[in-house]
Parts: sequence; C-alpha cells; structure tokens
Amino acid sequence: MAPLHSDKREEAWGAQMRAALAGDEAAYRRLLADFGRAIRPAIRGAFSRSRVGDADVEDVVQETLLAIHLKRATWDPAQKVTPWVMAIARHKAIDAMRRRGVRRAEPIEDFEAILAAPEEPDPHQRSDVERLMETLTPRARDIVRSISLEEQSITATATRLGMSEVAVRVALHRALKALAGAWRGSLS
Amino acid sequence: MNTDDFIAALSADAALKGPSLTRRLAFALALGACVSLALFLGLVGPRHDAAQAMHTVRFDLKFLDTLALIAPAFFLCLRLARPQTTPGALLGWLLAPVALLAVAVAVELATVPQEQWMAKLIGTNVWHCLTLVPLFSLPPLAALILALREGAPSYPGLTGALAGATAAGAAATFYATNCTDDSPLFVATWYPLATGAVMALGALAGRVWLRW
Repeated sequence: MAPLHSDKREEAWGAQMRAALAGDEAAYRRLLADFGRAIRPAIRGAFSRSRVGDADVEDVVQETLLAIHLKRATWDPAQKVTPWVMAIARHKAIDAMRRRGVRRAEPIEDFEAILAAPEEPDPHQRSDVERLMETLTPRARDIVRSISLEEQSITATATRLGMSEVAVRVALHRALKALAGAWRGSLS
Repeated sequence: MNTDDFIAALSADAALKGPSLTRRLAFALALGACVSLALFLGLVGPRHDAAQAMHTVRFDLKFLDTLALIAPAFFLCLRLARPQTTPGALLGWLLAPVALLAVAVAVELATVPQEQWMAKLIGTNVWHCLTLVPLFSLPPLAALILALREGAPSYPGLTGALAGATAAGAAATFYATNCTDDSPLFVATWYPLATGAVMALGALAGRVWLRW
C-alpha cells in the first residue's frame, strides 16, 4: 500500500473515525488496520533503538490498538487524528519498554510523524493476548474468541450463547477493558 | 492471536455512546462542587456580615483570586486529559492567580502600617483555612479524578495536580465567604499552602489512578 500524502490521510482518517464512532464497524476495522500499519514501524524503531529486540513488536501494536479503542473518546473531532494516534503509540511503547527493563525510554523522534513506509503485520507473529485472555471469565473469553478468531458476528455469537445482542456487546466491551488491565499488569 | 483477528474484536465494539470527555469533566466539577457546597453550608456557612463584606475590595479580591485559579487549572485539566497534549506554555496561565496575589500583597504592604503586617498575616482563622479548604476540596477532586479515568493523560501526576488545583479553587471559593481574614497578606500565605496540599494529593491520586 502506497503511503498517502499526510493531508489526504488525515482527511480520510478523520472521516473514518467519525463513521466508526457512530457505529460503522467496517470503516472502523479498516481504520484500525491502517493505524496498525502506521504505528508498527514507529514501535519497531523505538524498540531497536533501545535494543529491546523486535520479537514482541506485534504485542505492543495490539496493546496500542486496544488503548486507541478504549480511549477513543479522547479524540477531539476538531483535532487531527495522526498526532493523537502517535501519542497513544508512544505512551504504550514507553510503557512496554519500561516493563522490559529499559530505564530511560524517551523515543520521541519515532512518534513525531508517520515517516517510515506503512508495514503490514507479520502473519506468524502472535501476541500475548491469548495468554492474557486466561484472566477473563469463561463466558467473556468465549465471546472474544468467537468474534475474533472464529469471525462470528455479534448476532451469531448472541444466538449461539442464548444471550441478547446488547448483552454480548456489553460483555465484549467489559472483556476488552479487562484485557487492557491485564496487559498493563503483565511482565512479558 | 494475530492482529487482524484482534482488530475484528475491537471493531465489533465500534460505537461510542455517552457524553463527550469535556462534558463529563464539567459535570464532575459541577457535581463535586455541589457536594462541597452542601458540606460547607452544613459545617460552617458564610460569615454573618457577608452582605456588607461584599462591598469591600479585600473581600471581593478573594473570589477574583479563586476564579483566576479555577479557570486555568480546569482548562489545563481538560487539555491534558488527551494524550497528544503537552503542558508547555499552557502552564504559564497558572501564574495568573499568583500574579494577582503578588500585586494585592504589594498594595497591602504600601497602605497598611508595618506594625500591623504580622497581625494581618497570621489573622485568626489559620487552622480553619488549612483544614476546611482541603476538606471541601475532596468531593470535587474525587469526582474529577473519576471522570479523568475516561481520559488518557500523558502526564498523570500533573493532570491529577491540576484537578487538585481546580478542586481547591472551588473549595476556597466557599471557604472565603466564611473567613473573616480578608487581608491579601493572609490570603497569599495560607490559601496557597492549603491549595498546595490538595495539589500534592491530586498528583498522588493521578499517579495511582490515571495511569493507562
């Protein structure tokens, strides 16, 4: 995918973000994948600069995407998307490096702008999220697995579990919040 | 789990409901201030000559001071609740209440005879000021910290301290209607001390509860 000119990207992201917050799941999915491509090189750069190794870059990418998701209310529609996304990525990268024993982690330059070419995820690299899911209740774990790994819709998951759609949505949201807490406390 | 699968789970939770972050914080401040006001009225209430005191400059200046603290502290809090914001030059606005106090103190020193300076500075309500202002600060501080947990501050300690400054400003506004020590010498000595204590508590709360 060719990197978009930053103004065009900003415009597209702003529009997709507004659609996502209004409930457009398809737009949100494309946008999150785009965010992933944009933050991956920055996180990899910060990790290599601090000599952390890039074995778990994808873990930090996913933790950042989760933070972007849970903190999406902190995006102000009057402000740009890019600096907001990069600030969250920087915060999560610093946090992750500290957990890995880096004392002075201030990789400002990697997150100032989207400079490097967007990077697709390595399909072989997996994250800790499945291990962290062990901390969830069995029902919550089932719902997250069903929607992510098994690509089931909310509706199909609700039918299978004999729950209402609203109840599945609430359970999913709570499970994601719990995962963020488990990630923060993890010493991977 | 690979990233595309994980994104599928996140995108199923796309829609964002509820009031905006700014509204949440404004509501928290209003609610906390109401609880604080009820506490104030129940415990001490305004002084008996408040109506006459309102016609004196020294009394009114206290409210100008607290307002000059609340406005920039709350504005900064709103800004710093978002991850991309850095404090930078914005912190300069917090000099407004300090500058106002400094000018008031200078005028007081120029107009009041030197032998009265210490008496005015010590006043009669030091312990009230140092205990009631922090006490009345607790409800708005707790409400603001709770609302800020929806935010994503890159500086949790500083953001908490500013929530503390906002809360102390609200508490001091109520307390100032009770306190009979209106001299800027008293106000500039004890109010900042009480505010500083609440800011330290806010910074601590921020470090504990505003990390994300």
